[in-house]
Amino acid sequence: MVAAPFGYQRVTSFEEAAWALRERGEDAKVIAGGQSLVPMLNLRIARPAWLIDINPVGAGPIEDHGGYLRLPALTRHRLVEAAEVVRRRCPILAAAAACVGNVRTRTRGTIGGSLAHADPAGELPCVAVALGAEVTVRGPDGARDLAVGDLLVSYLTTTLEPDEVVAEVRVPTLGPRSGWSFLELCRRSGDWMVVGVAAVVELDADGAVAAASVTFGGVAERPWPVPAEVLADLLGGPPAGERLALVAHGAAAMLDPDDDVHASGAYRRRMAAVLGRRALVEAAARARENGSPAP
Amino acid sequence: MTSPAKQRVAFTVNGEQREAWVFPHDSLLDVLRDHLGHHEVRYGCGEGVCGTCTVLLDGEPVSGCLLLAVQADGCSLLTVRGLAPDGGLHPLQACFLRNGAAQCGFCTPGMLLTAWALLQRDPRPSRERVRRELTGNLCRCTGYSKILDAVQEHAAQAAEEAGGHG
Repeated sequence: MVAAPFGYQRVTSFEEAAWALRERGEDAKVIAGGQSLVPMLNLRIARPAWLIDINPVGAGPIEDHGGYLRLPALTRHRLVEAAEVVRRRCPILAAAAACVGNVRTRTRGTIGGSLAHADPAGELPCVAVALGAEVTVRGPDGARDLAVGDLLVSYLTTTLEPDEVVAEVRVPTLGPRSGWSFLELCRRSGDWMVVGVAAVVELDADGAVAAASVTFGGVAERPWPVPAEVLADLLGGPPAGERLALVAHGAAAMLDPDDDVHASGAYRRRMAAVLGRRALVEAAARARENGSPAP
Repeated sequence: MTSPAKQRVAFTVNGEQREAWVFPHDSLLDVLRDHLGHHEVRYGCGEGVCGTCTVLLDGEPVSGCLLLAVQADGCSLLTVRGLAPDGGLHPLQACFLRNGAAQCGFCTPGMLLTAWALLQRDPRPSRERVRRELTGNLCRCTGYSKILDAVQEHAAQAAEEAGGHG
């Protein structure tokens, strides 16, 4: 298949992109890495009249701001996967980026594009929700900040206005005594996840669970964070295997995933319990390893 | 809408300066094949999944079917024909041949380029690393083991020539 004709405009700033979007109206689409959009163009699932190419905006370096990493929206998955600062300060983000598509997807694909595309089976949206990441979006009249959890609405649907573009992503770093896990079940390597899970467990000085965050991907119209009241059962005690399994099962039981060609909803729910337990166990083990204070 | 105007793009292919007049919706794959005669870049799926249209864009593997030709303006492209510019076999190609790593050969250009990009970054990749890197290149003759053998043999040879010890 070949894409239908469209107009093409390069922009060199996010402000210019926002103005171009306002000028072109709702038939304009932003192209970042193009690894989801161009297949949709080639299959003619999407037929925008205009593409606004933000690649010339470029991406500055990933910055470590202590409590969070600042990633320009056009940061490629390849860099997120490999960058020393990400691997050290937020290894769950590097691990999730390494799971996106194939090597060519990761060469071109961008973190801002992945979030703006809002695929409920996307790896980066799942981790971004689990960590409480934020984005800055730019419109013609200025910028605003919002949590990724407030950006993602449903399948390929966000709260972005038609003339807004994601400019920057801020991802909290993991502290000492924190452990993480990112697991996904895919039919084939590089496929979209049937089920995925991002988990972070933080221990206190006595080895009891001080905080936990678990988010499932691929099981709902957007990444689904396990409610705090479910995770509360973990707090204050040691991360014993039985307790972790109970919480994972309890969380999975709340899911009502759709059937599709890859898996039935019932299978997804069962796998969510399995992956949820494994992720909590792995995250707790890593938290114990990281138990000594950071140098 | 009326068809938008063609635009001039210029890039190097295998070190040679080339240019073409393209529509914004023309993929790099189509322009390389249909405008510039690079038939070694092959159409497989058109969705970025199979890897047969892999080219190296400034040294990194991309799907030719998912890059708009206008986006390659000013870039440096390498196709499999550029691996051994003199028309002979590149040592990595020789390893593929020796190991029987090509059957029908349709996937081979993409395999070679993806493996070559990996070897530039990591001259002695583990078998697992090679496998992971090549998961996005499909071979329907199922010759994967021999492809991994070939890539590892080349890495070992290159290390030996460089005077390394394993």
